[in-house]
Amino acid sequence: MKSVIVRFVLASAVLAAAIGVVASSVASAQTLEAVKSRGVVNCGANGTLAGFGLPDAQGRWTGLDVDFCRALAAAIFNDPSKVKFVPLTAKDRFTALQSGEIDVLARNTTWTSSRDTALGLNFGAVNYFDGQGFMVRKSLKLNSALELNDAAVCVQQGTTTELNLADYFRSNKMKLKTVTFATADEAVKAYDAGRCDSYTTDASALAGERLRLAQPDDHAILTEIISKEPLAPAVRHGDDQWFDIVKWVHFAMVNAEELGITKANVDDQMKSDNPDIKRLLGTEGKFGEAFGLTNDWAYRIVKHVGNYGEVFERNVGQGSPLKIARGLNALWNKGGLQYAPPVR
Amino acid sequence: MARNATAAAEAPTPKTPLFRDPRVRGIAYQVLLCAAIAFLAWAAISNAIENLARAKIASGFGFWDNTAGFDISQMLIDYSTTSTYGRAFWVGLLNTLLVAGLGIVFATVLGFAIGIARLSSNWLVSRMAGFYVETIRNLPLLLQLLFWYNAVLKALPSVRESLALPGGGFLNNRGLFLPQPVLLPGGGWALVALAAGVMAAVALRIWCKRRQMRTGKQMPTFWLTLALVLVPPLAVLALSGFPIGFNFPESGRFNIRGGIEVLPEFMALLFGLVIYTAAFIAEVVRAGVLAVAKGQTEAAYSLGFKPGPTLRLVVIPQAMRVIVPPLTSQYLNLTKNSTLAVAIGYPDLVQIFAGTVLNQTGQAVEVIAITMAVYLVISLVTSGLMNLYNRRVALVER
Repeated sequence: MKSVIVRFVLASAVLAAAIGVVASSVASAQTLEAVKSRGVVNCGANGTLAGFGLPDAQGRWTGLDVDFCRALAAAIFNDPSKVKFVPLTAKDRFTALQSGEIDVLARNTTWTSSRDTALGLNFGAVNYFDGQGFMVRKSLKLNSALELNDAAVCVQQGTTTELNLADYFRSNKMKLKTVTFATADEAVKAYDAGRCDSYTTDASALAGERLRLAQPDDHAILTEIISKEPLAPAVRHGDDQWFDIVKWVHFAMVNAEELGITKANVDDQMKSDNPDIKRLLGTEGKFGEAFGLTNDWAYRIVKHVGNYGEVFERNVGQGSPLKIARGLNALWNKGGLQYAPPVR
Repeated sequence: MARNATAAAEAPTPKTPLFRDPRVRGIAYQVLLCAAIAFLAWAAISNAIENLARAKIASGFGFWDNTAGFDISQMLIDYSTTSTYGRAFWVGLLNTLLVAGLGIVFATVLGFAIGIARLSSNWLVSRMAGFYVETIRNLPLLLQLLFWYNAVLKALPSVRESLALPGGGFLNNRGLFLPQPVLLPGGGWALVALAAGVMAAVALRIWCKRRQMRTGKQMPTFWLTLALVLVPPLAVLALSGFPIGFNFPESGRFNIRGGIEVLPEFMALLFGLVIYTAAFIAEVVRAGVLAVAKGQTEAAYSLGFKPGPTLRLVVIPQAMRVIVPPLTSQYLNLTKNSTLAVAIGYPDLVQIFAGTVLNQTGQAVEVIAITMAVYLVISLVTSGLMNLYNRRVALVER
């Protein structure tokens, strides 16, 4: 008799679980509502890359992508601290986004056509224009990546880097020995230990990784850039409102830089007569409400996080140990590619 | 049931209602449970399909024939960056089977040696074996793998200062490079001679065994067997002027090229798996040997057996009955533990297929399902073979 009861309870539990599975699948869209009721943005980040996503000694997250998520939280909650950073490896990041574990993936992720389509993702505005480079030991006395024929190259798994590397060597008819690791950390360690002649990844990341080697001065970054790596935050297909917000958080920061609005002067700029500034900061029109946010959404972003130039310099530019020049990431009217559509 | 039947035959009892019949009720609950499980599976699958479709994520197995586009450091079959994902799957599977197969062989040998050593009457030998088992068994395997990998990378010289091995090989932190023997035309006959020699040796062994059963006379076969295996191929080679060439490894601009290349990742993984699993196998062996009653050894000694043959002919065959079942699970553990390869960059099935292929195609559900199915099949085949073997060594009850 007892076993019958046990079985009955088990069967009901299984049934209940099954119904639960079905019920949970019904509610999914409307990410903004979910984020608001949760009170925090779940942001997929890189936990090991200086300049883009790295917790510092106090456990405070820093980086360009990290500040993007803070700007997103500032626009929604008027509080940049309402972000939960989820550190992800390159290999696991898309599954985490697809399955809804995170709301947005800001993890130096290259925008490619197959990721945009087959992986079911939408990429927002490009927040860093990058390209793939090679780091080598100075003692090898190499001037060009084309001299790497027959070299062993350490690379991180699950990246566009892995594919570009194979393409580059194949198209230049060079022999290659790839050694693939699950994380950038392991790949860099193996390179440092002499397992490979070269370590390859995005040029921005090379600058950061070089500083973490045992003897940074023994290593050089080759000048060749072998690929286009537009790094952009990504969201899931199927929620246009959330996609719009993620795109426009970056545009707001770029527009703020273009209009000369900084973290320091944003309160003064609220009194500006410039119609572009008035629309961006929400003193004129109801542009923020159309996103499902408040009209002062862009004010909040600049006030708490800063404009794009400030974020860039602080994390990867002159204010950081990486000292990367603006280059492609300068504003469009200063020779770069950062261009934001107008708020109107 | 039988009692019910006779009772019914004697006097018809009032019929029990259907829902009170324990048999009917039992079946009903079983059906209900099966239905619930089937519904759960259906709900999970249709839910996954629906969500994938809504997010417009590609599904199905069409990716199998798409170009992979990435490079793999170790392959047993032809593979290039223009090969398909399906080909990459087979490369990864073979790499897994290679490390698991060699790992099982070496771990068994080392494990038996240490298990027996721990039972040795020599204080130093048994304590050293005990120290080995207790240290290795109690450290996480992942840490051991990282330790061996770093030990390999750090301890070996760089490629420019390669250790030259006798016979034309090299050893450095990029791997072990050995000359690869290549059969020149005419060399095939040596293989034929080798096969004939092996068959002759097996026949000799069988004949000796039969003779011993018949007459009780033993014959020392070791040297004769060795001669039968080695002499014919060597003779053929000598007669045809040694038609064997070697593909020697040479240093190139960056790396050593040619010959047989053993990756440091492979060495570290094999080393780690063998040393770790051997510690467990040693304990399994010790338990098996201790399970054989001491009287058996004493009886063998009193019949005039020496310690070696006692162990080999009396104790071990009986111990195998106890050893084989837990040994099987150690083999399965070793195979499954080989997935930790991902941490040290060895291109096994998980690293290639559930790693790069999953990430490049984004088809997590399909890729993980295939990978799990593969490990399930490997494990079932391994335990199936071990069960067959177990049936041979098990106590036959009469």
